[in-house]
Amino acid sequence: MESLTALLNQNEIFNLQTLLHYWDGLVMTVQLVFISLVVGAVISVPLAIMRASRNPWISKPIWVYTYIFRGTPLLIQLYIIYYGVVYIEGIQDSMFWPVVKEAFYPCLLAFVLNTAAYTTEILRGAIVTTPKGEIEAAKAYGMSWSTMTRRIVLPSAFRRALPAYGNEVIFMLHASAIASVVTIVDLTGAARDVYSQHYAPFEAYTFVAAIYLCLTFGLIYLFKYLEKKMLAHLRPLS
Amino acid sequence: MFDFHGYGPSIFQGAILTIEIAFLSLFLAVSLGLLGAIAKISKNRLANAIATAYTTLIRGVPDLVLMLLIFFGGQMLMNSFTDMLYDRFEIDIFININEFIAGVVTIGFIFGAYMAETFRGAFQSVDNGQIEAGKAYGMSQSQIFRRIMFPQMMRHALPGLGNNWMVLLKTTALVSIIGLADMVRLASEAAKAVHEPFTFFIPVAAVYLMLTAVSEIVMKRLEIRYSAGVVKG
Repeated sequence: MESLTALLNQNEIFNLQTLLHYWDGLVMTVQLVFISLVVGAVISVPLAIMRASRNPWISKPIWVYTYIFRGTPLLIQLYIIYYGVVYIEGIQDSMFWPVVKEAFYPCLLAFVLNTAAYTTEILRGAIVTTPKGEIEAAKAYGMSWSTMTRRIVLPSAFRRALPAYGNEVIFMLHASAIASVVTIVDLTGAARDVYSQHYAPFEAYTFVAAIYLCLTFGLIYLFKYLEKKMLAHLRPLS
Repeated sequence: MFDFHGYGPSIFQGAILTIEIAFLSLFLAVSLGLLGAIAKISKNRLANAIATAYTTLIRGVPDLVLMLLIFFGGQMLMNSFTDMLYDRFEIDIFININEFIAGVVTIGFIFGAYMAETFRGAFQSVDNGQIEAGKAYGMSQSQIFRRIMFPQMMRHALPGLGNNWMVLLKTTALVSIIGLADMVRLASEAAKAVHEPFTFFIPVAAVYLMLTAVSEIVMKRLEIRYSAGVVKG
């Protein structure tokens, strides 16, 4: 502890105040990423089932949604929602105004819509590659479509989607850095504040890069562990 | 259909700038990626360690943070370098880091790491027997690379390459944050000036959508071309 305070006293930039600022940024980043991932995942399950449907009237609209959100930069989506929400008729008099006035909720909405689009496509890929035998077996047991989806298709699709979903989670963590552009003080926003306070871009951004690196490695290990647990039956014998 | 309030031509210029940045950084990324992949599969331990550090570190940090780091931090480094030149040798120069070059270099540098991983996997999936056959014909190392490794590697690399290109294309939107006048920045300035965000952002989004759609078609064509001679089961 003493050596830590000594170290902190040595430099001018990383004092208690800036470290706390970084901490607040970390909390904000984790909050944004976590909420948008959870909500996005929940939305994407029904969307993926619809997207995997053979009926074009059901699958095509979802395709249009995922195509648009995966084909345009998240920054543009964020700008459209953040700057656009103010211009919705009557929003300033409605009860939603205190909520959307802050940058947090428009930003969250953009992130949710974006990650839901990617997750839908990942899940859809896993659903359509369900082995035929599993579906035939379920039908032979006399399961209805909903029972089959619930008991057979989705559980195995979740497992197969796991590696790709791990990438999406890391992608979302990295993409969340954009939140700093619309005045949110997330990790990157905290680094920007420290940079402008001390005019030390190198130190401020390297430090924040190191934090992101740690978070990324943590997520990679978490998903490796999950894959080992959940995909144990698919591991080749060695 | 859309009334751009006279901002149309400048946003069009911005779109061209976006495409320029995307292509230049793609070129840089592919070059860096090939170098990185060769370093990764080589037996030289130093090259191996450098390439591994490069790909792991870059892929673990958000592109926006790297961009800010290289742009602002690079300017600081340059300033202290020119200061040193002035102090030691009385050479008075000021090197300003150009946003365009910073943007291209950063995006190329970031995606070089992703490309390196793609190419490494592709190199490793070239059948060993093919290389042995090349050796048996008495080809030199560079001939084997040029005639056997590279063409077959491209087939395996193309899907990953295509994905990386799509992500790269969307990442170019970030250069607007470091002050480059690309179409995103021009559109947001115009949107703030006339208070009509949808008029400007939706066409910009459409341009990106069009670019990705065209890229998809080109990738399909290339995949067919590079998988000539592959028997599909």
